[in-house]
Amino acid sequence: MFSYVVRKLLYAVPVIWGVVTIVFILMAIVPGDPARLMMGQRGDPETLARIRADLGLDLPIHKQYVRFLKDLARGDLGVSYRNNEKVVDALMTRFGATLKLAFWAMILASILGILAGIISAVKQYSIFDYSAMFIAISGISAPVFWVGLLLLLIFAYTLHLIPGVGYVPGDWRYFILPVITLGVRPAALIARLTRSCMLEVMTQDYIRTARAKGLHERAVVMRHALKNALIPVVTIVGTEVADLLSGAVLTETIFAWPGVGRLAVEALVARDFPMIRGTVIFMAVIFLVANLIVDISYGFIDPRIRYD
Amino acid sequence: MALSVILVAIFAPLIAPYDPIEQLIWSEGAQARLAPPSLRHLMGTDIYGRDILSRIIYGSRISLQIGIFATVVSLLIGVPLGAMAGYIGKWVDDLISWLINVVFAFPFLLFVLAVIAVFQSPSLRVVYIAIGLVNWVGIARVVRAQFISLRDREFVEAAKALGLPRRTIIFKHILPNAIAPVIVQATLGMGSIIITEAGLAFLGFGAQPPTPSWGLMISEGQKYLSVGKWWWAIFPGLAIIYTVLAFNFLGDGLRDALDVRLKR
Repeated sequence: MFSYVVRKLLYAVPVIWGVVTIVFILMAIVPGDPARLMMGQRGDPETLARIRADLGLDLPIHKQYVRFLKDLARGDLGVSYRNNEKVVDALMTRFGATLKLAFWAMILASILGILAGIISAVKQYSIFDYSAMFIAISGISAPVFWVGLLLLLIFAYTLHLIPGVGYVPGDWRYFILPVITLGVRPAALIARLTRSCMLEVMTQDYIRTARAKGLHERAVVMRHALKNALIPVVTIVGTEVADLLSGAVLTETIFAWPGVGRLAVEALVARDFPMIRGTVIFMAVIFLVANLIVDISYGFIDPRIRYD
Repeated sequence: MALSVILVAIFAPLIAPYDPIEQLIWSEGAQARLAPPSLRHLMGTDIYGRDILSRIIYGSRISLQIGIFATVVSLLIGVPLGAMAGYIGKWVDDLISWLINVVFAFPFLLFVLAVIAVFQSPSLRVVYIAIGLVNWVGIARVVRAQFISLRDREFVEAAKALGLPRRTIIFKHILPNAIAPVIVQATLGMGSIIITEAGLAFLGFGAQPPTPSWGLMISEGQKYLSVGKWWWAIFPGLAIIYTVLAFNFLGDGLRDALDVRLKR
């Protein structure tokens, strides 16, 4: 198991280097002068030259790259062009809100998705199965921002059950709609996957044996079938982190949620390149770490994998 | 379903009851501003007095245009790279697989946004190039897997024995045999491209006003949801769901039709 974990960790290193390098190249080829962007029309040539020297923009591109990697190794992602805030500080301040949102969305999606998937599989071709799968396929096809607006329209503006957009720490009412919005797509995917895996597992010999032993159907489903059916579902939780982070960009924008996704959009609107660079690298690394955790836990759940 | 979207896009000028950018307040007066759905305007009008149904009908052209062009860009990048990785193997495969893993590590929308940021001003062309530059990895993975499974087959050995150049073997002999899953992947990818385009337009990084883009319409209409004028933002979303469903069903159908293993 130890060598499996080490292998997975070593494998992530070149990918992270690739992510960092691609983002550096993208931001380096952006037309326009960052010093001018920071100063607007106010900057005189001397000030602009000083800023360029401070940021290392007067260096040849390969030296800028080395400097960027050195800074990154020290955990320094640069300073925002917009308000001189350190990018790392901005990310740390905002990450809590995104993490909270993504975590609860994933919990909600897992519970709803697995439950709906099991019931659909056990009661295949029933009205529940058809309706759950119809909702699931619509959930996969609906844009997350539209789902958020629809929920706002129904629960905030029409029924007045929940306050509208905003973020009030500690007030759970502001939490409900963003969490549901972000959770819809993963819930739909998990439901579909759980259903198909359950159906596949339920036809296997060991299930027939369990039934032949005279076990209650509930015990067959919950104790025998579900354990194996859920293995692929664990993988999707990892890949869904990327979807959650993409979804967070839109969900946070709609609900005025002060997370990393909204920070990224604000940075893009202001063409604040160090902040764009920081948020993109940060989110990619979060995704890689989440997948690493899933990969490693997968090794624990399914012994066949770590001996591959 | 997909055919209906394509037909609507092609025959938009014949089907749409109004011009999608015509501001009807000049002909119908102030009541044409944010008019609720009625027989005259089945999906209502927006704040400029434009007919929402007509804008949705024309909007299908934008979505399909982005979907098709972004898919073409993805194929142009993904097919050759996937083929080289799968056929040549060794360090070429290591390098391309590494690149695929790196691009996969980015949250899709955020990476597309970062690519768009490189360009000075967003336009439809920028959008499909940016989506294509990120979306090719899914295609490349499928092509690579196909080439790995086909490269040692007899017909490839025969082509090699005939002394055919590598390019001919890859594109004339293996690719036609590997194309079915690529078509399925490309069709299924159309749905996510259309959703991504809508998301970009919603955030202001895609189509610009007065283009009748569905995402842009939702973005413009969201301000009026809280005052009960829901039709501007809600109907375009239904159009997106219908279109994405259509391409997902088409992809599933093609997979069933083209994959002999599933026919058993």
